[in-house]
Parts: sequence; C-alpha cells; structure tokens
Amino acid sequence: MPPAANDKGVAMVAPELLKPAPLTSPVAVEMTKVNKWYGNFHVLRDVDLEVARGEKIVICGPSGSGKSTLIRCINRLEEHQEGRIVVDGVELTDDLGRIDEIRRDVGMVFQHFNLFPHLTILENCTLALIWVRRMPKRDADEIAMHYLRRVRIPEQADKYPGQLSGGQQQRVAIARALCMSPKIMLFDEPTSALDPEMVKEVLETMERLASDGMTMLVVTHEMGFARQVADRVIFMDRGEIVEMNDPESFFTNPRHERTKLFLGQILR
Amino acid sequence: MSDAIRTSTPIFVRESMTADRAPPVSNAGPAAWIRDNLFPTPLSSVITLLALLFLAWALPPLVRWLFIDAIWSAPNGDLCRAPGAGACWAYVWQKLGFFMYGSYPREEVWRVNLVLLSGAALVVWMLWPDARGRGGAALAFFTVYPVLAFGILTGSAPFPTRWLPTSGTGQLLWAFLYVVLIAGAGTLFYTGRLTALAMAMIGFVAWAEIGAWWPTLGLSHVGTNLWGGIFVSLLVATVGIVFSLPIGIVLALGRRSQMPIVRFLSVLLIEFVRGVPLITVLVMANTMLPLFVPQDWSPDRLLRPLIGVALFSAVYMAEVVRGGLQAIPKGQYEGAMAVGLSWWQMMQLIVLPQALVTVIPGIVNSFIALFKDTTLVAIVGIFDFLKAVETARLDPVWAGPSISTSGYVFAAFFYFVFCFGMSRYSLMMERRHAAGRKR
Repeated sequence: MPPAANDKGVAMVAPELLKPAPLTSPVAVEMTKVNKWYGNFHVLRDVDLEVARGEKIVICGPSGSGKSTLIRCINRLEEHQEGRIVVDGVELTDDLGRIDEIRRDVGMVFQHFNLFPHLTILENCTLALIWVRRMPKRDADEIAMHYLRRVRIPEQADKYPGQLSGGQQQRVAIARALCMSPKIMLFDEPTSALDPEMVKEVLETMERLASDGMTMLVVTHEMGFARQVADRVIFMDRGEIVEMNDPESFFTNPRHERTKLFLGQILR
Repeated sequence: MSDAIRTSTPIFVRESMTADRAPPVSNAGPAAWIRDNLFPTPLSSVITLLALLFLAWALPPLVRWLFIDAIWSAPNGDLCRAPGAGACWAYVWQKLGFFMYGSYPREEVWRVNLVLLSGAALVVWMLWPDARGRGGAALAFFTVYPVLAFGILTGSAPFPTRWLPTSGTGQLLWAFLYVVLIAGAGTLFYTGRLTALAMAMIGFVAWAEIGAWWPTLGLSHVGTNLWGGIFVSLLVATVGIVFSLPIGIVLALGRRSQMPIVRFLSVLLIEFVRGVPLITVLVMANTMLPLFVPQDWSPDRLLRPLIGVALFSAVYMAEVVRGGLQAIPKGQYEGAMAVGLSWWQMMQLIVLPQALVTVIPGIVNSFIALFKDTTLVAIVGIFDFLKAVETARLDPVWAGPSISTSGYVFAAFFYFVFCFGMSRYSLMMERRHAAGRKR
C-alpha cells in the first residue's frame, strides 16, 4: 500500500508533486479550417474554433455529426488532413515527439472508460507517471492516491476495473487522466454508457474539476451539465459547427433551424 | 381498450424488504450424482453401460500386461521372451542410461545431470506462481544458464576464444576495451539510467573472462555427435520453446505493422515456413545453412535442427499471438495513447500482457506440438530419445516383441507426462489470470 492510503480526506502529497500545469499560451486550443475525411466521407468541414485558457466548452449534436472526431483530433487519436490545430502554442504535425508531448498535457476520458483490465485501479493511475514521466513508484502512488481521493474512491485502489461499477470506473478514468497534470481535459460522451443511477456521480466529479479552473472540452448530451458548467455550447451537424452561444441563449433562444429541431428532440 | 372491470386502481407499496433465504437443499449424495450424471436418460444409460463393458473388456489384460505379468528385473531378455510374459521393465531399467544420455561418455554424465537438474530447478523456480525472485530466476535461466550449460556439456570455452587477440597490440586494445566497458557500465549503473545496457556490458566482460579461464577446469571435450537420448529431446524442446515465443511475438507484431515492407517480410516468412512440412525445414536447415555462411562459421550439426525447429514453431506462434492481438479492443490502444505511452510501451505494458493471457491455450498447444515434433530431428541424424529407443531394441541380448513394445510404452509415458504437465500448468495460469480481471 502507498503511504498516503490512510485516507482522512486530507491531501498528504508533497505539494511539489502536484505542481499546477498552467497553459503557457492564453489560447488553449486553436483550430483553423480543419478538414477531415474517413475515406470519402467528409467528417469535419472547415471547423474553426478557439478555446481560451480555463474555458469550458460543451459540444452536442446528432450522432455522426463529427463531435467526437473533433475532440479526438486535439490529442491526435485522429489525424486531420487539412487546416491547422494548435494546442497550447504547439502545432500538431506528423512529428511523433510532439504528439507524445501533446498527449501528456491533454487528458482524455472515453465513453467506455478504456481502463486497463489487467492492472489494478492504482496501477492504472500510476502507469503513465512511472513510464512516461519517469517518476519513482512511491511518488506516483502518492499522486494517484491523491486523485483517487479527489474522485472519492481511494478505497478501491487495489481492485481491478472489472470489480467496479460503471460510474466508479469512469471516475477512475478521470483520476487516471488527472494524474498526468493535464492542461486540457477532453471528455468524449463520458456518461453515455452509464446506468442512470451512475451519471450523477460522474457529472459531479466533472463539475468539481470545472470549478478548479480546468480547461475542458466535453462532448455530452447532459444539458443540465451544459447549462450549469459550460461557458459556451457548440452544436454540430454534418461535420460543421452550426451554432455556438453561451448556454443561456443557446437553450432559451436557439437561432438556427437545425438547432431548434435538435433541442426540440432532446428537451421534452 | 380492456374489458376488465376494476373497482379500484391496484396500488402496492412495499413496507419491508424481504430477507435473504438459503437456496433449497438439493438431494445430494453419490446415488443422486450417479443418477443425474450416468443414467439421466435411456440413451445415456445405454452409453454408460457400453462404456463400462468396454472398460471391463480392455482394462484387465492391460493391467496384467503392464504390472502383474511384467518382468521387473532380469539379467537379459530370456525371461521376457518366455510365453505369457508381460512388459519387460527390466529392459527399460537396463537401458535407462542409454535412453537418458545416448552415447555421452558414461564417466562424464554427471555433467549432463548437473545441467538438467540446475535447469529444472531454475524452470520450476521461474514458473512457480508465488515464488520470490522469479525475475532473477528467469534472468539467470535466459542469460547465464545457457552459456554455462554449453560450457559444461561440451567442455569447450563458452566464448569463442579465437576472437581474443594474441599479439601485443591486440591485447593492449583488448585491455583498453575492458577499461572502457567497466567504467561505462559503472557510470550507467550508478546513475540508474540504462541499467540494462550496463548489465549487458558487465555480462560481456564476465563472459569473456570466464571464456578465457574455462579451459583450466580440465573438462574433456564431448562433441555433439555423442549427445543423445532424453537429454537431447529436452534440449531441442527447451530451445524451441524459449525462442519460438519471442520470435513469434515479433513476427505477429510485424504482420500487423503499418509499415508495408515489415508487414510483407513477416507475411512472407510466416506463410513460407508454415507452408512446408517440418521435415523439409529440418532437411533444409541441415543442408542449406552451412552453404550460407563461411566454412569456419558452419553451424554445429545439432545447432542446425535447433534453428529449424525454433523457426518452424515460431511462425505457428506468430499466428497464435496475432489472434490474441486481434482480440484486444481498440479502446485499449486509445487509452494507452491518450495517457502518452509510446508505441513500444503500449505494446509491452497494455496490449501484449492481455493478448498473451488470452491465447495461453493456443501457446501451450503449440508448445505441446513442438515437444512431440522434436522426435523428427532424428531424420537429420540427431540421436533423440525416440531414436535411442529405436536403436536399443536392436540389441540381440534384449531382442523380442514384448521387449520392443515395452520401450515404446515407456517413450509414450515420457511424452505424456511432459505434455500433460504443460497442459495442467496452462490451465492453472488461465484460472489465476481470470480471477477478478473480467472485462
């Protein structure tokens, strides 16, 4: 067991291990005329987007509208074919070293958690610290326990992902991403695969993260979360940004017909 | 609309939750078990009775031949040739040394025993699930052990001493290389970086040193032409198993690579070697390998089939591992990439551990097939266990039909024990890995 496991709710991690990772640039993500195709299918069309430091953005839209692809381009799980993507002042190119650098600074949470089933919860969280950040196991354990306390499941540290509920697994996935002290967090439909009873605990975790000032891009259909947390809501359809507004205006006064239709479908 | 007439809406609110109850007791006991498992339906009953009849017909003579009428000790084959005599275990006992060591000089077999026993100890230590220091045992088995085993078995230096220069300047250069290697290894080791490289450098120096000092042990040279029996079968099987898995993994990764040339070469090698019989591979290794290298470097006659067997099982292993790789969901790759792991780290830490556990049954299946295929090295003149059994039955002192059969029964027993052991071990590992790790 790591030394910090005697959980009293108090952080016992040496502060220098939890250095905040401030964005060096005031613009966290800048996308200019980004285009992408899957074969002949035009999935992203001339997407322009600027995300400021500390901004929380919710992206919604029908399935196949390219919203997941959009955020997956930011840590280059997908490659864009035209246009520019600049993440914290670094442009995404084919330079492999640069991509690893970006991925270290951009955390991602997936719809299906993608935890490593052969590793314990603690090992899931420490893996990248030990192998990517080259941190001694002791320090990595401390950091992991710190974030597991923050997502409120330190007592599950020695279990395997298969033994946890969906909501707990997703919170582990958030803790795993946070361990790398990311500058930006991407969420790809983090609650879509969860039982209704589990959604709240994950959304609360994300709300706490938002109130700590994290830069967040969230693909979700949780409109309550969007209203409460987002600085901007983006609606996408057919690979294009159709409408973008602050949540209040977006929900009460959508302007584009497609947006009105979509909101009419989901807000009954 | 329903025609049902209700006087009021049915309302129900539970006032207390029902407590757990124990399940109903099943009618257990041997009688119930026999009824449920052996005679549940008329057809099953008939099959059960037929099976029992077959056993009653086959078992008694078999037991009589194997144990009751068997000749357990005899100076020669006369007793075993007598009518009504069973298995001739006296013959197996008499020829055990030949079965074990082939023509290895009798006064030197302690060397073989030393190598076999220390190897067995290391393997058990390495494979024992909860043993301490398994990593150390594995490191010793894969690095130090083969070198020392080679030295002990052949009696020659386990380092090609002709590489050692004898002239004055050559020795100076050699001494300089030593200083650089030791100083470099020390620095790397001290800073904690590149520990593996430091270990390799230390290992190289130690290897060369032991090689220079080895002849003073005074072990006589025993050429591989004298090696034989169970000892050679185990050697071929071990070398095949140890090399086939890593080569198979590399070929499987190559076959799934994004790089077209790497993929093409992997597919070519896999499909070519898989497309020809093992005997062909062995004969080719035996006759063609020497043609590819300078005469001085011509591989030893035992080494050639070793390479053939390892290559042959490696390509099968590659396909087994590929199956495991394909079973890993895409999300695992994405999860690994998203936390910033490099391709090698992703493979080593996330993908391969899961893929290999998935295909443990296939891997062990290949190992078992390989273990039995080692008998084919006899075709290129290697004196393996089965060849020893084949040769021993030509001894006129022990000639006789039931005597020959006894030898083959003993061989069958030997192969069965090893294959069954591997099978059980793999089942145990599967269960351990399955515990608590369902996806």
